[in-house]
Amino acid sequence: MTSKMNAARIVIHVILIIGAVAMVFPFLWMVLTSLKTMEEATRVPIVFFPAQPVWANYSGVLQLLPFFEFFVNTVLVASAKVIGQLAFCSLAAYAFAKIDFPGKHLLFVLSLAVLMVPGQVYMLPQFLIMRDLHWLNTLKALIVPGLFSAFGMFMLRQFFMSLPNELAEAAKIDGCNQFKIYWRIMLPLTVPGLMAVAIFTMLASWNDLMWPLIVNSSPDKMTLAVGLSLLQGQFTTNFPVLMAGSVMATIPMLIIFIFFQRYFVEGISMTGSK
Amino acid sequence: MKWWLGRKYNKTDVMWAFVMIAPNLLGLMFFYMWPVIQTFYFSFTEWGDFGKYHWAGLSNYETMLHDPDVWHTLRNTLLYTFLSVPISIALSIVVATLLNQKIKFVYVYRTLYFLPVVTMPAAVAMVWKWLFNSDYGLLNQLLHKLSIDGPMWLTDPMVAPFAVILVGVWSSIGYNMVIFLAGLQGISKSYYEAADLDGAGFIRKFWTITLPILSPTVFFASLISIINAFQVFDLIWMMIGDKNISLDTTQSLVYFFYEQAFVLNNEGYAAAVAMLLFALIMIVTIIQMKLQNKWVHYE
Repeated sequence: MTSKMNAARIVIHVILIIGAVAMVFPFLWMVLTSLKTMEEATRVPIVFFPAQPVWANYSGVLQLLPFFEFFVNTVLVASAKVIGQLAFCSLAAYAFAKIDFPGKHLLFVLSLAVLMVPGQVYMLPQFLIMRDLHWLNTLKALIVPGLFSAFGMFMLRQFFMSLPNELAEAAKIDGCNQFKIYWRIMLPLTVPGLMAVAIFTMLASWNDLMWPLIVNSSPDKMTLAVGLSLLQGQFTTNFPVLMAGSVMATIPMLIIFIFFQRYFVEGISMTGSK
Repeated sequence: MKWWLGRKYNKTDVMWAFVMIAPNLLGLMFFYMWPVIQTFYFSFTEWGDFGKYHWAGLSNYETMLHDPDVWHTLRNTLLYTFLSVPISIALSIVVATLLNQKIKFVYVYRTLYFLPVVTMPAAVAMVWKWLFNSDYGLLNQLLHKLSIDGPMWLTDPMVAPFAVILVGVWSSIGYNMVIFLAGLQGISKSYYEAADLDGAGFIRKFWTITLPILSPTVFFASLISIINAFQVFDLIWMMIGDKNISLDTTQSLVYFFYEQAFVLNNEGYAAAVAMLLFALIMIVTIIQMKLQNKWVHYE
């Protein structure tokens, strides 16, 4: 019995390892290529490792494009969206979860409807709003629509609903208003939910390509994702430089993921189970 | 009786509630709900120079009906969706089931499988484009070692859709895997213990216990995956682009929408395409909801 179980475990590990290699190899290849000379990268038959790591590919990216500015823009946009959504979504989520008010059901369903609509349906009018506000080619165009979210509100409402109402009773008797109950009692208990929303917002913002592509065409207001497409346009065949750019654009998010993995997983499992 | 007479609300509470929902709700209304209505209206208009537009009735929808490009993009989108989603779901169920066994390094595997999900699609597309390169790309070089002439992965119109699907599957397995892992962990051990007493093997237990109990999760994950797949853009924009001869067999509805709205300035037509996408997603959601009763088991 035990030897049979051991054999089964080995089979499981073999399958999982093959899969894991398929998942990770493209990243490995990206890093390896980014350290090769152009000649090494395109040699036939293939060479796996660079004879000498060529760091110049990385400085090459920095020289050819204002990559550092892209990075700063991306961080600014993502942070602003995270802060905005945490504030606005948690406020609204608390009211929908814990306060009785007229029209609550209707307003909630109305905001949920936004979740069902694919982004392209509101993208064109959003672009026109940005144009009319003269916000094109500014970070405002990237940030402001993303300060509000139906998804974040929905997720946080689930969290608030799971907190017992009794928590607030004592505070209510003491004469605390709803905002104080939200701020002092309920909000500190939803930190895991806030983290999940923050992580999702951050990730979506960091990786978004289409919206920044539409509203910002001037290089000093670009994000990393659009910067990569620009890099590709300029250096179609310089694979080491393209890979160096890709490494630089992805590493920050990968680091965040490794540190906050728990919240990614919890957030996804939560949306999946309810 | 009127609703505002039927219930007693605490006045201060109601005031606070409206103050608290106002920022997010007004933002959603201004940037999301109103634009949806606008797009619906735009889909009945024709646009000229300088952003001027006039009512055009159903003409955009009529054009769409006779536009071979729309049919191609529709075909491409459906092919991408209905090939990549089942493959991704099946593979991620397998991975999640294996990870749910009593084995070591579960955490490490989970991290590795999840990596593609957090990676910027633009960067993912660049790496795969490089791997797919027909002259120097790793895939064809390896195939060459096996004396196989590799295809032109991205520039052969017959192959390119499948290359894009491969990347789509690769980048979505991790997400579905996490959903399924959560679902699997909710299955009570007692079912398996009972099955063990009956001498049921691993495969049998999977089909008779795991899959039926997991079916609500499968339902949810496929719905989300289908909706995401319908909106594929980044991969095609970065890997194929508008100079590639494979564009005709790969461009998705959203890609077509982007070109019409923001490159060719056919805003009215683009709005109609967006409404088509919206309708498709609604139809699939409704079909899934109806089919749900047939194959989803709720405990």
